[in-house]
Amino acid sequence: MNHLPLIIKREYITKVRNKAFIIMTFMSPLIMIALFSLVAYLSQLNNTKQKNITVLDESGQIESVFTDKETVKYTVLKGVTLENAKVIVEEQESYGLLYISDFKINTGAIDEVKKRNVDVEFYSSETPSLSIISGLETKVEDRLKEMNLQDKGVNQATIKNAEVDININQENFTGEKTSKEGSVVKLIFGGAAGYLLFMFIIIYGNMIMRSVIEEKTSRIIEVIISSVKPIQLMLGKIIGTTLAGITQFGIWLILGSVLMVVASLIFDIDFSQVNTPQQELMTQAMQNPETNADIQIFINAFFNMPLANLIIAFILFFVSGYLLYSSLYAAIGAAVDNETDTQQFMLPIIMPLILAVYVGGFTVIEEPHGTVATVFSFIPFTSPVVMLMRIPFGVPIWQQVLSLLILIGTFMFTIWMASKIYRVGILMYGKKPTYKELLKWIKY
Amino acid sequence: MSNLLEAQSVSKNFGDFTALNNVSISVEKGSIFGLLGPNGAGKTTLIRIINQITMPDKGQVLLDGEPLQRHHIQNIGYLPEERGLYKTMKVGEQALYLAQLKGLDKAEAKKRLHEWFERLEIGDWWNKKIQELSKGMAQKIQFVVTVLHQPKLLIFDEPFSGFDPINADIIKNEILRLREDGATVIFSTHRMESVEELCDHIALIHKSNKILDGNLNAIKRQYKSNTFEVGITTDNASELQRSLSEKFIVSPAEFKTLNNELKLNVKLSEKESANQLLNYLTTKGEVSHFLEVIPSASDIFIQAVKNN
Repeated sequence: MNHLPLIIKREYITKVRNKAFIIMTFMSPLIMIALFSLVAYLSQLNNTKQKNITVLDESGQIESVFTDKETVKYTVLKGVTLENAKVIVEEQESYGLLYISDFKINTGAIDEVKKRNVDVEFYSSETPSLSIISGLETKVEDRLKEMNLQDKGVNQATIKNAEVDININQENFTGEKTSKEGSVVKLIFGGAAGYLLFMFIIIYGNMIMRSVIEEKTSRIIEVIISSVKPIQLMLGKIIGTTLAGITQFGIWLILGSVLMVVASLIFDIDFSQVNTPQQELMTQAMQNPETNADIQIFINAFFNMPLANLIIAFILFFVSGYLLYSSLYAAIGAAVDNETDTQQFMLPIIMPLILAVYVGGFTVIEEPHGTVATVFSFIPFTSPVVMLMRIPFGVPIWQQVLSLLILIGTFMFTIWMASKIYRVGILMYGKKPTYKELLKWIKY
Repeated sequence: MSNLLEAQSVSKNFGDFTALNNVSISVEKGSIFGLLGPNGAGKTTLIRIINQITMPDKGQVLLDGEPLQRHHIQNIGYLPEERGLYKTMKVGEQALYLAQLKGLDKAEAKKRLHEWFERLEIGDWWNKKIQELSKGMAQKIQFVVTVLHQPKLLIFDEPFSGFDPINADIIKNEILRLREDGATVIFSTHRMESVEELCDHIALIHKSNKILDGNLNAIKRQYKSNTFEVGITTDNASELQRSLSEKFIVSPAEFKTLNNELKLNVKLSEKESANQLLNYLTTKGEVSHFLEVIPSASDIFIQAVKNN
């Protein structure tokens, strides 16, 4: 008698029909989009408001670079002391005061060329934003550099002419072309895959656990396992809940993208314009002003990834990794009587997961094939997340297969172990077991 | 083969704890078998072994002469003591699901469920959720689900708990009707009056061992002490009591009568018969009450446990 399909069906239907589940499914994207729109709207509001920056340039030679822009308006003060300027700025409630001292001429010992330098200070009532400060720094630096070069007899036109823009074309030995943009695409792709798995495990692992606890507290468990084997019930639960999870994720994805389009049409918000300080720094570091031309590069980079490998690996690692963790969640659910008792057992599950995301987030970005990243992509509890993040950068097939085999071996073991804990635990009431007792249950 | 179920020298340990020690029981086809014992004696473990929820360490269980296998589950209906239903599921759906788990196909299960619901007059509960029902109502559903697949062997662990007397009586009659239809029943309970009423055969488990087993009447015969309750109206009560005490072991008895008779418990020795006592008594006065004291299941239970 194979009752697995029946159990899966029941688990799926009760999950999907559950009111809380339905509300979650349809409200979450709405809330997410609403929040996102709010953030986008607010940051736009912030951007469109012109900032007043007052400049006091005692050298008198740098102020010329401060020309008004859409976002910043400069006011140049003349013939006031710093103390007075501070008072004026505070009264005017402008964003801040940029103070540049008179030139200090350092006489270089070697070539006897005068080198200009200044003290620069910024006074404001609140801590200024990172992008404003670095913008101001660049302006002053450029101007001084220009003047220093002019002192040596190099004029501005020569400098302009001498500027070169280099983009390193990367290619591996098999002839596959890569680029900086490609790396970004890979990072995004790998990161998204790893993070998706992480979220999936946390959300639906918990759901499995709760549904096991529910069977215990409602005392139906003994009725059920007098009809089906505990392992069948456990697997049915895991699979049914997972299918419900996939349904929910799918709806989120569709609803999310529809709402995103609708929201951007209604509120006229361009989501690609949502700039966080990190993004600003990143684009600055990459110095890619022309975004339009880049889209083609990104698309190329996307198709340059080992797509077939990526998709197959994603499915395999996602499924095995998820099964590994969900069996542990089921075992925890069986071991305890109520949700509050789960805390002590949750930590050992959450720790490797978070570790995996951190390792993935830091070391994989830094060095996708470094020792740390490689080792963690073999350890079964971190491998699904880390390997998924590494694969877009091209991981040798033997490594993927080996890692997958280790993972599958481990999840077979954890499912066996979990089913042992499960079959004893579901009939135990009243006391919170210790780890020692759990070990004993496995031996029964 | 007249035994439907035979447990042969079944032992089960949980770590250092012995839950069952070499326990054997035989359950005759068509009988109602009382599995008794104090709390924690090992009854539930034995029942779980019969249901293949746990496996015995030693010994085996035969159903209809065959060692227990997975497919036998369809032939057993089990109502556990720790029972419940999915609270948020609808009654009908849930009953169908549980019936299907027992191997019934959906259409057949639906048909039988409607029959049962009609007989127990609970038809309008079909679309209610369990959490909307009272405990007794949920118990009724649970009972129906247990017997729906018409198993050969029914195992009830405290079937009457949670029922009011009226519903307990309905369930009792349903159990008897199922027995008439050919089912064999194992019945585990602490309510001795229902043992008295229903069981043909009992086994008593105490501290993991079986300490008593047999036909209920045979056991009663074994435990009876040849004692008679006597009620007699006589002119000289104290004289009669004194002379009786010389011949038999006499103690005061308590039972309800209309008149103010002398009430005594008279214990006869092996050799003496009830008629001898009765003949003697009729010469002394008007006998209004003469009854052999038969030990109740409760008495037997307490005595057997104490003796161990």
